Amino acid sequence: MSVQYKLVTCTINGVERSGMVDVRASLTDMLRNDYRLTSVKKGCEVGECGACNVIIDGECFNSCIYLAVWAEGKNIRTLESLLGPNGELSDIQQAFVDETAIQCGFCSPGFIMTAVEILEAGKLYTDDELRKLLSGHLCRCTGYENILRAVKKTMYKRLGVEWTEE
Amino acid sequence: MNVGKNITRMDAAEKAAGRTKYTDDLCDKSALIIKIKHSTIAHGRVISMDTKEAEKIPGVIKVVTCFDVPKNYFPTAGHPWSTEESHQDVCDRLLLSEHVCYYGDDVAAVVAETEIAAVQAVRAIQVEYEEYPFVLDVQEAMKPEAPCIHEKYPGNILAHTNIRNGNYQKAIKEPGLIKVEGWYDTPSVQHCHIENFICFAEEKEGKIVVTSSTQIPHIVRRIVGQALGIDWGKVRIIKPYIGGGFGNKQDALYEPLCAYLSTQVGGRLVKLDVSREETFVNNRTRHAIRSHIITYLRKDGTIVANKLEAFSNQGAYASHGHAIVAKGMGCFPQLYPCPNIEADAYTIFTNRPVAGAMRGYGIPQAMFAVESHTDDIAKAVGMEPVEFRRKNLMPVGFVDGFSKNENYYDTFNQCMNKGMEYIDYDRKKKKYANQTGNIRRGVGLAVFWYNTAVYPIALESSSCRMVLNQDGTLQLQLGETEIGQGADTAFAQMAADAIGVPFESVHMVSCQDTDVTPFGTGAYASRQTYVASFSIQKTAEAFKKRILEHAHEYTGMPVSNLNLVDGNIVRTSDNRVLMSMKELAMEALYSRNHSEHITAEETADIKSNAYSFGCTVAEVEVDIALCKAKLLNIINVHDCGRLINPALAKAQVEGGMSMGIGYALSEQLIFDEKTGRALNNNLLDYKLSTFMDHPHLEVQFAENPEPTSPFGTKALGEPPVCSVAPAIRNAVLDATGVAVNQLPLNPHNLFKRFYEEGLL
Amino acid sequence: MYDMKALYEAGSVAEAIELLQEHPQAQIIAGGSDVLVQMREGKRAGAELVSIYGLDELRGVTLEADGTIRIGSLTSFSHITKDPIIQKYINVLGEAVDMVGGPQIRNIGTIGGNTCNGVTSADSASTLFAWDAIVELTGPDGVRRISIKDFYIKAGVVDLKPAEIQTAILIPKKSYEGYQGHYIKYAMRNAMDIATTGCSVNVRLSDDKKIIEDVRIAYGVAGPIPMRAPAAEKMGNGKVVSREVIEDFSKAVLEDLHARTSWRATKEFREHLAVELAKRALTESVHLAGGEIA
Repeated sequence: MSVQYKLVTCTINGVERSGMVDVRASLTDMLRNDYRLTSVKKGCEVGECGACNVIIDGECFNSCIYLAVWAEGKNIRTLESLLGPNGELSDIQQAFVDETAIQCGFCSPGFIMTAVEILEAGKLYTDDELRKLLSGHLCRCTGYENILRAVKKTMYKRLGVEWTEE
Repeated sequence: MNVGKNITRMDAAEKAAGRTKYTDDLCDKSALIIKIKHSTIAHGRVISMDTKEAEKIPGVIKVVTCFDVPKNYFPTAGHPWSTEESHQDVCDRLLLSEHVCYYGDDVAAVVAETEIAAVQAVRAIQVEYEEYPFVLDVQEAMKPEAPCIHEKYPGNILAHTNIRNGNYQKAIKEPGLIKVEGWYDTPSVQHCHIENFICFAEEKEGKIVVTSSTQIPHIVRRIVGQALGIDWGKVRIIKPYIGGGFGNKQDALYEPLCAYLSTQVGGRLVKLDVSREETFVNNRTRHAIRSHIITYLRKDGTIVANKLEAFSNQGAYASHGHAIVAKGMGCFPQLYPCPNIEADAYTIFTNRPVAGAMRGYGIPQAMFAVESHTDDIAKAVGMEPVEFRRKNLMPVGFVDGFSKNENYYDTFNQCMNKGMEYIDYDRKKKKYANQTGNIRRGVGLAVFWYNTAVYPIALESSSCRMVLNQDGTLQLQLGETEIGQGADTAFAQMAADAIGVPFESVHMVSCQDTDVTPFGTGAYASRQTYVASFSIQKTAEAFKKRILEHAHEYTGMPVSNLNLVDGNIVRTSDNRVLMSMKELAMEALYSRNHSEHITAEETADIKSNAYSFGCTVAEVEVDIALCKAKLLNIINVHDCGRLINPALAKAQVEGGMSMGIGYALSEQLIFDEKTGRALNNNLLDYKLSTFMDHPHLEVQFAENPEPTSPFGTKALGEPPVCSVAPAIRNAVLDATGVAVNQLPLNPHNLFKRFYEEGLL
Repeated sequence: MYDMKALYEAGSVAEAIELLQEHPQAQIIAGGSDVLVQMREGKRAGAELVSIYGLDELRGVTLEADGTIRIGSLTSFSHITKDPIIQKYINVLGEAVDMVGGPQIRNIGTIGGNTCNGVTSADSASTLFAWDAIVELTGPDGVRRISIKDFYIKAGVVDLKPAEIQTAILIPKKSYEGYQGHYIKYAMRNAMDIATTGCSVNVRLSDDKKIIEDVRIAYGVAGPIPMRAPAAEKMGNGKVVSREVIEDFSKAVLEDLHARTSWRATKEFREHLAVELAKRALTESVHLAGGEIA
């Protein structure tokens, strides 16, 4: 059987890209192998851990269970897109650093991208709401505690609301 | 001073930027792909294998079966090797198994150009088995009629050791004693690091080079040598950043097979990327341990005699074997000292997946048994459980005869007091007494015992290298590994202080490469900060001595009058800065009279050990009709000596608490009784805690400097998981009056127990 | 990489039907959160797939002229939850699908996929059963509409004829007007889990809020497919709202359920839960409908 390929054109991290893609590929495969975006991690490949999470047209998806060919015409963002013009960390990345929310770091890219979607909603969420919004990611190092702090602090900062420690 | 400060971990920014390379990120795309054929029976023998269809699949390069591999039996445990044969790990593994010992055992492997070709080939291999009966439970496995899994171990007993103190049989005859007896059962669970195990291998410059997601590169080098029957110097292991380990990667997992398969395809690059399903079954698990405890005590709460039998489910192969339950038993005479003790620990082979090291190494199981039992005892004699503990816990000044560990401080009371204050224990204890109704609350406490590192049971050494750069900074190398816990940052903090340079002057070489990195056995036993504190101090002294000798050459001042402070050579008599490290380094390297590359390398052979203690206090709310225990509040308090980096220490504890909460309430690997197959080996059906399953995790410390360590530090990596489950169990007991002695306290077990006790 | 034989992408419903006729062995993939997982497991390995994921015409929620709520089959769970029509008329459905997996799964998972794979644990299904939903199927012979009860045949099997695709789920006005409902998902974790048992109840009270005019209750994982509990419904209808009636109603559910023991839960535990969840879901539904429980 011959391998079936398809030309896929999409925007990846702000740049329009075109490439032939094996139709059997997941979006994780395409991003990691064809575009070397290795922040997209493989932890389960069945949509249960969230390590491969990317933003597609403003919503988060586990790229492991998203066919690469579905990326046609889509706007895809990975962690690599967050850096500033001189490679500086964005506020949410810096918050993950400052709040000791990163340990082994393997779940961090996926978490940060979900945090981006949360922050872009421009809403002030409660802790319970944040926990639910972040619940599509598993982490075994942090107990989620510092991740919650990092997202919460950044949310308060962006909304110009004063942060109060409980 | 850098020690004691919340210095941002040195790898955090790169990880946040997504630039950190883990094993898979480093593997060239040209790599051939390995997939493994796993057995579909739990016990038996492979009679024949038909690989013809598999070999026909386009892209398949090589199919290797259990009949093809060399018969070099090797051990897998990440223990230091011993030159004494009696202390060596059990050599019971081959690269592929003809004798199948668990459902999923490795019987063949495929090397192919693509993942799909490899997967299809694995499916196309036909295996004919001779099936034997199998056994999954320890008590069943010890029965005379049980199938014997390994010929060398009749009764499936891998090992049995005991402790006899005083005279138990005589002591229990004292009139008027109260007897309390309980069985406590813990399940098989898995580490669930988010990066699955992965490695790749190729032959290069006459060596086999393996890059692996491992905690123990130097040990893996030895094991690959043993498995392939080649000189250890021909094996090179490279350990990049890894996505968590928790003990699972403290075993040689598939590095030997991957290395071997490279040699079978002309030394070409091959990659073995383990799936999540395989991680659960074909890596390691935590030993399920069943404990039986009998205590005799006087009415005033004095413990007169104690008996323990612990049965540890080893699964199919020896791996870390008896060391786990033996460590658990080791705490028994120490935590609540008692003059008359009989303790027996058994490690039993079954046809479950292999159990190995996992965070806590036998102590979470032991603490579930001992600390649940402690509440049961207190209840039996009508004492408040904390008061009972205060009366009976290891006293200050206690010295263990074997390890010579000493309890220097009143740590237990300090920790319990902090925990109880946070939870508002005393008030709630009263408030929650005599509840009726469907929703009931309770508070519970448990302490834990842990000892750092492996002295005096095994080799305990650490090696360190420091190399001076032209700009006065240095490279720091250790055999001890960064596995996500932040070890590198703690090492650099200690090194900066020991030498007398700013933190920024220490360039930590994070990656271990056994061809380059000084020998060190790696990340396990919560040993690294402790043992590295010795080698860093020792190496820093040698390094500093060389620097000051050069300073003497340039300044004429006697070495005894010189010191290194904050990166400068300082005259101690008047604290005058004589020159900077940079000036000295440039002169030392480029001087036409006396050029020297300044380095230091030392090994610390460590002959001490340290207790690490603490507690968990938990508050739960039980919805009886729904059979759910909800954790409302939880705190862990630890004495891990002086905190090298408080923020990292706190983060470490939070992660351990999370793992403990999963252990307490939801995690359990389930096996099909009919086939021995794991039923829930995926992250959906195996219930590790999600973001929505935790309350706030409170962490506090009782910071008592450890006298034996140069930096006053001791174990923290594993301790946070040790006391969580019994504290939650005791809180459920407080809320409902029902003792649940089987982990996890999930709705299934609560339903069973509430029904038995007439609550439903 | 997925071990698939071929992938055919449909650009319209008509094209999807044509592709399915051309490739009778092909399986349909919508969001893929079930199909791709099973393909990786080996269950669907080597299959041909017709992808309907690109059919935007099947996305979105609309209110038809006769008051029927029309949910395009490819509408994702998260879009159902956020939809103002859903929130206004059948909020319980939005709440139910907001308990599927985690946020990313709710962005890819579709209500059509959730119902077409025929599993009993689907979080949407029990609520759709409880609201007498209609399934719209489009095939070579045109459109047909059947009740969701008839759509489910047995575990993993639904009434999808060759070359047919599900194009919408419909909730008729008479099914929702005047009703309030509540869904309880019982699972081992608070996120990323499948239901041990799911229970969806809705109720229409009399104008004075004292009498249960109509009550409907449906379960997931109480049998091989999602199911109603008619004996309990019959028992509850026309009764005065009271604690006793709710108790009796809850116990009556066992007359219809077929819970069984599996490694996920025992029959006894499932039955215990079914009764307890019926009680809680009806109590909450009555509260939502403005009733008070004497």
